[in-house]
Amino acid sequence: MPIEFLRALAGGALIGSAGILLLAADGKIAGISGMLGGLLRTRTSLNGWRYAFLAGLAAGGTAFKLAGFSFFAPLPGRSTGALLAAGLLVGFGTQVGSGCTSGHGVCGLGRLSGRSLAATLTFIAAGALTVAAIRAFGGAV
Amino acid sequence: MNGKRSAAAFAAGLLFAAGLIISGMTQPANVVGFLDFFGDWKPALAFVMAGAVGVYASLYPIVLKRRVPLFAPAFDLPDATGVDARLIVGSAAFGAGWGLGGFCPGPALVALGSGAAEAGVFAAAMGAGVLLHHLAFQSGAPGGEGHNACG
Repeated sequence: MPIEFLRALAGGALIGSAGILLLAADGKIAGISGMLGGLLRTRTSLNGWRYAFLAGLAAGGTAFKLAGFSFFAPLPGRSTGALLAAGLLVGFGTQVGSGCTSGHGVCGLGRLSGRSLAATLTFIAAGALTVAAIRAFGGAV
Repeated sequence: MNGKRSAAAFAAGLLFAAGLIISGMTQPANVVGFLDFFGDWKPALAFVMAGAVGVYASLYPIVLKRRVPLFAPAFDLPDATGVDARLIVGSAAFGAGWGLGGFCPGPALVALGSGAAEAGVFAAAMGAGVLLHHLAFQSGAPGGEGHNACG
């Protein structure tokens, strides 16, 4: 198996382990869009674990960057307007659809949830159609 | 006790970030490459999901054999069942944004932590989208832990 796929598998196993840690310690689902929405609708005193998890995510990015790893390069051909539209769709859509790749795609599938399977197939299909449309209109992929 | 809870959540966030970085999912090109079924398909994301779901599904029933979590009074699990229009429409909108920008929420926050300007633009708009939804559909004072949105 190519090294890239082994890294993907190993990284995925870490992601699953992180979800299990949050479940075993705090009893919570590691759904990142769910945490973002929860910050707004829950009393501040109950949001400590959400702030802590989200801070851990960002701190991970900071730490790997400081350690000299390069793990992000912007997509070519995406204007600021496209990024803003993408962000709005992701923010709004995940709240309507009750989850994203982490909540539905990892935790939900891991719990054998039919709802999460439907959501995951839907967002992959919509993403694929979007990328196909970008290609069809001559955009960079 | 709340200190332990937050410390565990922070550690879980760090571990999640490490997984996203090692798996290559903080690179929008890898995400868009996976979604590029009709072009130059890159299958790595499928391996990430296999690893993540494999670990989660294997350990989930073992964790739930405990009556309560280590640091919290109870497990807080989604109770919604059944597929409805909201789930599908919302997931479709999310997927469109995911394909357009190459970011989903987790990797965007990790890239934001690394100081990437594009992630900042995306994350600001994502926050605005979450806030818009809240203002449109969930007015009222913040409450206790009600339904869990995710999963």
